[in-house]
Amino acid sequence: MNADRITEKLSILADAAKYDVSCASSGSKRKNENKGLGNASNGICHSYTEDGRCVSLLKILLTNYCIYDCAYCVSRKGNDIQRAAFTVQEVVDLTINFYRRNYIEGLFLSSGIFKDADFTMERLVQVAKKLRTEHKFNGYIHLKSIPGASDELMREAGLYADRLSVNLEMPTEEGLKLLAPDKNRQDMIDPMQFLKDEIILRKEEKKLFKKAPLFAPAGQSTQVIVGATPETDQQVLQSANYFYQNFNLKRVYYSGYVPVLADKRLPALNTSVPMVRENRLYQADWLMRFYGFNVNEIVNQGQPLLDLDIDPKLSWAIRNMQAFPIDINKADLQLILRVPGIGVQSAQKIVSARKFGKLNWDQLKKIGVSVNRARYFVTCNSPEFERRDLTGNNIKQFILAESQSKYLKNKPNQLNLF
Amino acid sequence: MTTLFYDGTFEGLLTVIFEIYDRKLSVVRLFKGQQQAGAMFGEKLDVITNEVYATRVLKGLRKKLSPNGVQRLYIAHMAEMDNEENNLVGFIRYVFDSAQNIEDDYGNRYVIRLSEIIRMMRREKHRMEAFVRFQKLKDDTYYASVEPDFNVLPLLIRHFKSRYADQKWMIYDLKRSYGIYYNGHDTQFITLDFATVANPGDVISAYTEDESIYQHLWKSYFHSVNIPMRKNTKLHVRHIPKRYWKHLTEKI
Repeated sequence: MNADRITEKLSILADAAKYDVSCASSGSKRKNENKGLGNASNGICHSYTEDGRCVSLLKILLTNYCIYDCAYCVSRKGNDIQRAAFTVQEVVDLTINFYRRNYIEGLFLSSGIFKDADFTMERLVQVAKKLRTEHKFNGYIHLKSIPGASDELMREAGLYADRLSVNLEMPTEEGLKLLAPDKNRQDMIDPMQFLKDEIILRKEEKKLFKKAPLFAPAGQSTQVIVGATPETDQQVLQSANYFYQNFNLKRVYYSGYVPVLADKRLPALNTSVPMVRENRLYQADWLMRFYGFNVNEIVNQGQPLLDLDIDPKLSWAIRNMQAFPIDINKADLQLILRVPGIGVQSAQKIVSARKFGKLNWDQLKKIGVSVNRARYFVTCNSPEFERRDLTGNNIKQFILAESQSKYLKNKPNQLNLF
Repeated sequence: MTTLFYDGTFEGLLTVIFEIYDRKLSVVRLFKGQQQAGAMFGEKLDVITNEVYATRVLKGLRKKLSPNGVQRLYIAHMAEMDNEENNLVGFIRYVFDSAQNIEDDYGNRYVIRLSEIIRMMRREKHRMEAFVRFQKLKDDTYYASVEPDFNVLPLLIRHFKSRYADQKWMIYDLKRSYGIYYNGHDTQFITLDFATVANPGDVISAYTEDESIYQHLWKSYFHSVNIPMRKNTKLHVRHIPKRYWKHLTEKI
């Protein structure tokens, strides 16, 4: 093995793959039943980059040669960068050796499109096939489904991979037209539809025959880039919701656009990455998937943008003060989940614990409720509760002031007013 | 107030419970180790671990708790956290003094404390599953040293055994001076005598030749996936607290 050459390729092809934010390694149920290497049923972040993102998979491109010229992509044809390509065997060796040292949960393999879709997809499938069959590798494999690849190849990919994904890239069709004129949204939707149908079919089969092979057990995901085109949060989230509903997606990832290229269609190079917005989008996504919120409750015509100062749950609550206060000792789980400052685990603990006796503030605090937020919205078994008739805006100001004062508290020379 | 001393084992803890009920003690304090002469007021008692008593108490616990509830108690004790014994005793007494199963009564201070301890243990176990970094030795054993906050090694066996079924591996807890070793079939607990390594160079020469290549590749990968424009040190350190860095190949 030529270590220097491999190191160089790895740095080029990891660098090119890093803007794909998906790093999930959970949701599969592949076990190590053949006394081979690895299992994929955990979801572990083995490390974190200095920007705080999880490193779970060896995330690389097979090659960054590409026939497309999408404006937002570093690997686009017209960009003057170093190009490289791994051989199938090199990717296999890296994956196995990283995995054996417990660096990673598996492989996330994507690629620039060289020659055509089928040719590219075939190589990706070859890597996965080799890992699964020759090396008895049961770790996690996430493959990109290349738009336009044949059904046969997609089906084969599903037999070896745990997860498949097609990136929508832009939240709307117009955005895609603007930045990637050679691509067409329907080409991305077709493989999603195909995989969705195939996954459902295989699940039915598995119910009948226990021995039927796994087919993409961790499902499908996709990614949209936010901040490169002028879509509102409403458009982004509604599009995400549409794909959750219609394609059984496991995850939609939101990637705040990192300005890497100068192009008059894109935000200028000195624009900062919309990290807060990205964070709010994920919070909203969680509200839809785990907290029983409808997308229209979070964003709508009157409220097309998420509030950057406060999280979307608090934002919803202060717009809907008529729903509060609720009695923590009586309200349904679904209502408790809607209270700012109460997460899924706390909500479940509350519902379990109140069977034994009514709960007060101290107990709620111990359970994990953030009382300084929740106190405006609930009553409990305690004579103290918020009696003032506060408007949503008052509450927002109080909560913001409190979270800022946390930083001020530790200042040694705070001025006294008197 | 009665002050009790026990040997620190789980059976010992269960024997303590037996003694509390047998002697109808009300207010107790429990310490690990043996009593010191004249150091404390009130009654003192060295509890001698007794398997028969312990089994009876365990049987009682199994009647009052779910299997998961019993296991949680066992894991909480295994954590070996300082001064938590009294909370565990409080929990067990609450179990026996209630007519129904109270393991979900999170309004109770002992129940919520137990759930906090379990959460800390789970997190540490999960961290170890993530942060173990094996190095390949010449005899094809993959070796890793760790220094977990709590005693979680026994909880790691199942995970690593099913994951690395086809390779020999060893995970060694430097803080508690013991490790687990898997020989390709079974795991066993082991202790190593590091004092016998006279020359640090011997340790490095024990690695396979490609070990340094893969460590270098991993470091280079770790560096390449970072996006400098998104730098967020606070978040980075929250995810990987600095005390873990010295055993992480990519952070050395």
